[in-house]
Amino acid sequence: MPGRIVTTELLSCSYREGRVLEDISVQVERGDYVGIVGPNGSGKSTLVKALLGLVAISSGSARLFGTPLADFREWHKIGYLPQSLHLVNPVFPSTVHETVGLGLLSTKRFPKRLNRSDHGIISKTLDELSILDLEHKLIGELSGGQLQRVLLARAIVNNPELLVLDEPTAALDPETRDRFYTMIADINRSRGVTVLLVTHDSGAIGEHASKMLYLDKKVLFYGSFDQFCCSPEMSSLFGEHSQHLMCHRH
Amino acid sequence: MNLLEILSYGFIQRALLAGVLIALLCSVLGVFLVLRRLSLIGDGLAHVTFGSTAIALALKFYSALSLLVSMPIVLLASLGILKLTEKGRLSGDTAIGLVSALGISAGVILASVGGGYNVDLLSYLFGNILSIRSEEVAIAALLCVGVMLLVTLYYHELFAISFSDELAQVSGIRTSYINAILVLLTALSVVLAMKLVGIMLISALLIVPAASALQLARGFKVCIILAALQGCGSVVIGIIVSIMANLPASASIVMVNLLFFAAACLTRRILYPKHSN
Repeated sequence: MPGRIVTTELLSCSYREGRVLEDISVQVERGDYVGIVGPNGSGKSTLVKALLGLVAISSGSARLFGTPLADFREWHKIGYLPQSLHLVNPVFPSTVHETVGLGLLSTKRFPKRLNRSDHGIISKTLDELSILDLEHKLIGELSGGQLQRVLLARAIVNNPELLVLDEPTAALDPETRDRFYTMIADINRSRGVTVLLVTHDSGAIGEHASKMLYLDKKVLFYGSFDQFCCSPEMSSLFGEHSQHLMCHRH
Repeated sequence: MNLLEILSYGFIQRALLAGVLIALLCSVLGVFLVLRRLSLIGDGLAHVTFGSTAIALALKFYSALSLLVSMPIVLLASLGILKLTEKGRLSGDTAIGLVSALGISAGVILASVGGGYNVDLLSYLFGNILSIRSEEVAIAALLCVGVMLLVTLYYHELFAISFSDELAQVSGIRTSYINAILVLLTALSVVLAMKLVGIMLISALLIVPAASALQLARGFKVCIILAALQGCGSVVIGIIVSIMANLPASASIVMVNLLFFAAACLTRRILYPKHSN
């Protein structure tokens, strides 16, 4: 189903220290898998947070599913996975099942209640990600990789149309990270979910992403991974050798 | 005096009933506050309660009537803490410290202007559950029903903001509204709890049952139930022990709570040695 999922026009964001994003204009189409890359402090996380209404936009505009962000209420269409290690309180007493269930709240009206079918959906999602055996564990008892899968299950349990992931593999070893990227690519293909994935690991994400957005406060590049690898601008930015290493497909 | 004889007195029955209701509120709300790292809000609001009680006594409002003065002031203070945290570029503990300082200094000045500390004001400092009147029990019961109803209706939203504000927001939950509900309910419970354990020990009633439950609970709902059981159990045991051993009720309740906490820590070490460090 064609359609524009995300549109930004001259979007800028500022913190007290100054401007973090300047005049960002991008469009993300349904089914895209966009890898958002760039150096530290380039505004990658700020961009996705601004799109989700978590960071104020200082000028310009953003639309989600064609609706201006300020009027957007269809949060059930979105799944969000933040940098998990910063997020989870290790003594938080919820089980994996309860935690994943939080992802269904966006589909509920007041008073929000989970019914038997919701519990079935939670178990099915855990099964799909091969973590059903963790269902009754406390989230504080999980390893980094397990926690990442649980938070991914929480993000997709509501069957979102847009999945936003903010440096989801920052704390994972390379093997677990690659498995995670493959899992996201499967979700993108099998469910037709549009994916925005923030990472500083452009080489690993390039294998899966259909588009790359290279940010350094401004958009330096936005196009397919192949274009990214052939881009003279990227070549002059990284140097030819580094670009070759970055674009070398495994 | 045996147990049945103790339980036959009307003032003890009132104390037990009101105590259980107030402990239920505090321990349930305490779980959310502890997980949101707002556990000292009880202390801050208790100090404001001290100031507001001094105002009530200066206006000659005693017993249940003093609640009419205290409640609006403490409710406003709770929203003040929230606003200072959200808009004032302050962390939660700093905002609580500021409001707390205002409450206690206002109370001391008013008590001084009003002719010094009298017996009534001191009873609010350390609590006096055995002197609770029928109308105060009725107010506690009404508020308990109201607060528990709201907690039940907003259970998932409160759970979500306790887990992560950011994730809750992206789930379409109006986090500032739910935060406001949480601190307002806490403010109501703190005003009620000052009669039970006194201003000095209110935060223990909010924090200790939650802290104990976190040692043992395997699930969020279970954590709330365990905290509620400890809160209510410690009030019943604390009041009975205080009468039998002729000790102050408020301190006895808190000490029983602390013993439960120690037992929970020990049990955790035995049951889950891998996750105890």
